[in-house]
Amino acid sequence: MNEYQYWANDAEEAAFPMDRRRFLKTSGTGIFLFFKIRDISFITQEGPGRVLPQTLPSDFNAYLKIGEDGRVACYTGKIEMGQGIVTSLAQMLADELDVHIDNVDMVMGDTDLCPWDRGTFGSLSTRAFGPSLRTAAAEARRVLIDMASERLKVPAKDLATEGGAVFDRTDTKTRTSYAALAKGKKIERHLTDPVVVKKPSEFKIMSKPLTRRDARDKVTGKAQYAGDIQLPGMLYAKILRPPAHGAKLIEADTAEAEKVKGARVIRDGELVAVLHKYPDVAQSALSKIKAKFGTPPPTPLSAVDDRTIYDHLLKAAPAGKVVASGGDLTAGEKESGSVLEQTYFNAYVAHAPMEPHTAVVKIEGKHATVWASTQAPFGAREEVAKELGFPVGDVRVITPFVGGGFGGKTAHGQVVEAARLARLSGAPVQVAWTRKEEFFYDTFRPAAVVKIRSGITGSGSISFWDYSVYFAGERGAPLFYDIPHHRTTAYNSSWVGAEGAHPFATGAWRAPGNNSNSFARESHIDIMAAKAGIDPVEFRLRHLSDAKMKRVLQTAAEKFGWKPAKSPSGRGLGVALGIDAGTYVATIAGVEVNKGTGEVRVKRVLAVQDMGLVVNPAGAAIQMEGCITMGLGYALREGLHFKGGEMSDLNFGTYEIPRFSWLPKIETHILDDENSPPQGGGEPAIVTMGAVIANAIYDAVGARLFELPMIPDRVKEAMHKG
Amino acid sequence: MEETLRFKLNGKPTTVTVDSDRLLLWVLRTDLGLTGTKYGCGESFCGACTVIVDGEAVRSCQTPVKEVRDKEVVTIEGLAGESALHPVQKAFMEHDALQCGYCTPGMIMNAYSFLRKHPKPSVAEIVEGMEDDLCRCGAHNRIIRAIQAAATEMHGGH
Ligand code: FES
Ligand code: FES
Repeated sequence: MNEYQYWANDAEEAAFPMDRRRFLKTSGTGIFLFFKIRDISFITQEGPGRVLPQTLPSDFNAYLKIGEDGRVACYTGKIEMGQGIVTSLAQMLADELDVHIDNVDMVMGDTDLCPWDRGTFGSLSTRAFGPSLRTAAAEARRVLIDMASERLKVPAKDLATEGGAVFDRTDTKTRTSYAALAKGKKIERHLTDPVVVKKPSEFKIMSKPLTRRDARDKVTGKAQYAGDIQLPGMLYAKILRPPAHGAKLIEADTAEAEKVKGARVIRDGELVAVLHKYPDVAQSALSKIKAKFGTPPPTPLSAVDDRTIYDHLLKAAPAGKVVASGGDLTAGEKESGSVLEQTYFNAYVAHAPMEPHTAVVKIEGKHATVWASTQAPFGAREEVAKELGFPVGDVRVITPFVGGGFGGKTAHGQVVEAARLARLSGAPVQVAWTRKEEFFYDTFRPAAVVKIRSGITGSGSISFWDYSVYFAGERGAPLFYDIPHHRTTAYNSSWVGAEGAHPFATGAWRAPGNNSNSFARESHIDIMAAKAGIDPVEFRLRHLSDAKMKRVLQTAAEKFGWKPAKSPSGRGLGVALGIDAGTYVATIAGVEVNKGTGEVRVKRVLAVQDMGLVVNPAGAAIQMEGCITMGLGYALREGLHFKGGEMSDLNFGTYEIPRFSWLPKIETHILDDENSPPQGGGEPAIVTMGAVIANAIYDAVGARLFELPMIPDRVKEAMHKG
Repeated sequence: MEETLRFKLNGKPTTVTVDSDRLLLWVLRTDLGLTGTKYGCGESFCGACTVIVDGEAVRSCQTPVKEVRDKEVVTIEGLAGESALHPVQKAFMEHDALQCGYCTPGMIMNAYSFLRKHPKPSVAEIVEGMEDDLCRCGAHNRIIRAIQAAATEMHGGH
């Protein structure tokens, strides 16, 4: 049923917020279609647990506008940070509405123009938003046909749409454009029930590769990021920072800084900042401040470093919670020919987007405008409103292009700092974190421990599986192998961590939790396969009944040219599986290990993914390649060095991220599954990277790595142990 | 020391009166409003701030502005011709050699200078030439392909 409601003069008008009327007022004439992202229940589960705006949308959180110039715009609180939704969402809209993609505008992440949205993370944009957007577009198309039917005096059933116009199928000259239909109108519709959308066979734009729509601006330097916003009278702020987390300021002598021409020193409690119209001059003035910080009071955390952190975490862990179980572990153990018990470790890693956290805040009277690099503009709006004591409606957050997020820009301390300094100075203020600040104030991926105890029968089937995860989070912990007796226990199921657990802030990092969980699970499965003397692909297939997972694995093996052999075969080949954001992944990798230095070179990575309907195959492949490349980092090199709250890695000199010479040959395959709903694409292919490389190393040299990152020293050590 | 410096910027004679020890990156971005050149690390690790000075790729976060006196500076804003993009820019677009795009201006400027010296580069040469340019989004393999394609367009292939 294509049901919709007319809102104008509707009794229900009062039930819905001012927001809608405000949009209608500011958005000119045209046809408006308000809709709601369909299923937000799982957003609650997967949100970063950090910014939880109080106001949940009651009616809609996105809308379309068909303007009298014939342009179609989608207004959404989602943001573009490289994942390509500015292209894929526009594709969906253009296809369902039958307009040329060049006539589609995406208005994103502006809290005044766009309805409330929780944020861009968890690979939700395509999964949750995509289907709703398509439905809304399909409904808008139906509304246009109804209107055209009236105008052209042709029954709706005889009308079709194409290129932004409605025409009579039986007499194609009888037609009217969307622009003409929208002219001088202010029509408002609200989507309630699902509408029939196009079948994949009818797609003209969706599911076809399309080059990024933002590419031209990005190759010419026109694309603006928050730091590129310059306002008249704006000052750049540089803030005095403690040498370690927890260190308190005792005194600061700012006399020399104040002498710098044009510099303004602002002090407010512990906040000391230098403002100047040039950021570099502000920075050099800041370096003239003589500051004394106290040593933080000793706590169990102040002695912890990157070597002792795992013991600390096991001690600090709260009581476990069984999140899944089946069968009877004791019975399983009785059936076992051998029992294998291992502990896996994964380090803290930084998000390290190339664009550090940046924000500009301008306050005019009782209103603030904010430009921020953020994944959650509405969350940023609430924080600014709180800081300034303004109602949220008096704060507008605009999100320019975001230079990478990976989960790290769901936290936005820089926005609050800019707001505070704008208030204190009375001038528009930009706060752009330096790389050092970025490495200090990031919400790092938490270090994590996974313990697995399992058994195999004499005939090589897994008899039981007892899995405990500490501090990674539950994502990726559920078991997809068929094991009769199993239990999964989570000790602290959030990546934010408990009080006293982590020496600095932690948060969601691309596919949060899942990198640690998949590393442990897939390494352990391999250990059992080796113990049973069975080829690791074969061993996995024997324990899978999920047809989707079997298909991705079989396809990967076939495309790679996998020849069964028990590991270690000396070939340096590994396999790993994972599920993330509803998407199934199988990854196979080939590595070379330098036995003298322990250096690992990844030569080839092939990943197969079933992600349901693929909206932009080119974009999806790029996301997979990005995941694989970023995954090389946490697998091989990335792991924070620290002592207590003192950070040792403050730039890319010691914190190494993947670079050109690391790159293997990457092959990606996306299975044709166009009749299933679209699933996430920005994260899944990263989760298998730790295990696939660990398994390939084992296959190459017979050395098993239990700790990430697999730096040369650890590889050498593992080789000595044999 | 505050002084007046003259240089050519994207083909146009330019004069600035600044403390000449200030770094080129900030003078370009703030005094001159050319924000295409990015800050990524400030310590020569990432290449986001790369511009061309007299044909050479330099890291503007490490270059005092006095060093460009009387020289020719080209930034990402000055790479395209009047009507057409530079082949390197075009190749980056055609090969989807970017995601968030933040590293892109630096990558393109370095690739441009690299191709002047290596008109027909091998993949190994490209990797070596681009090795110190960081991209967190993982666009590397596509950047390599884009540079190969640009080389072919500019110099007729390998
Ligand atoms: S900002 Fe200059 S090299 Fe990173
Ligand atoms: S495209 Fe995002 S850092 Fe390279």
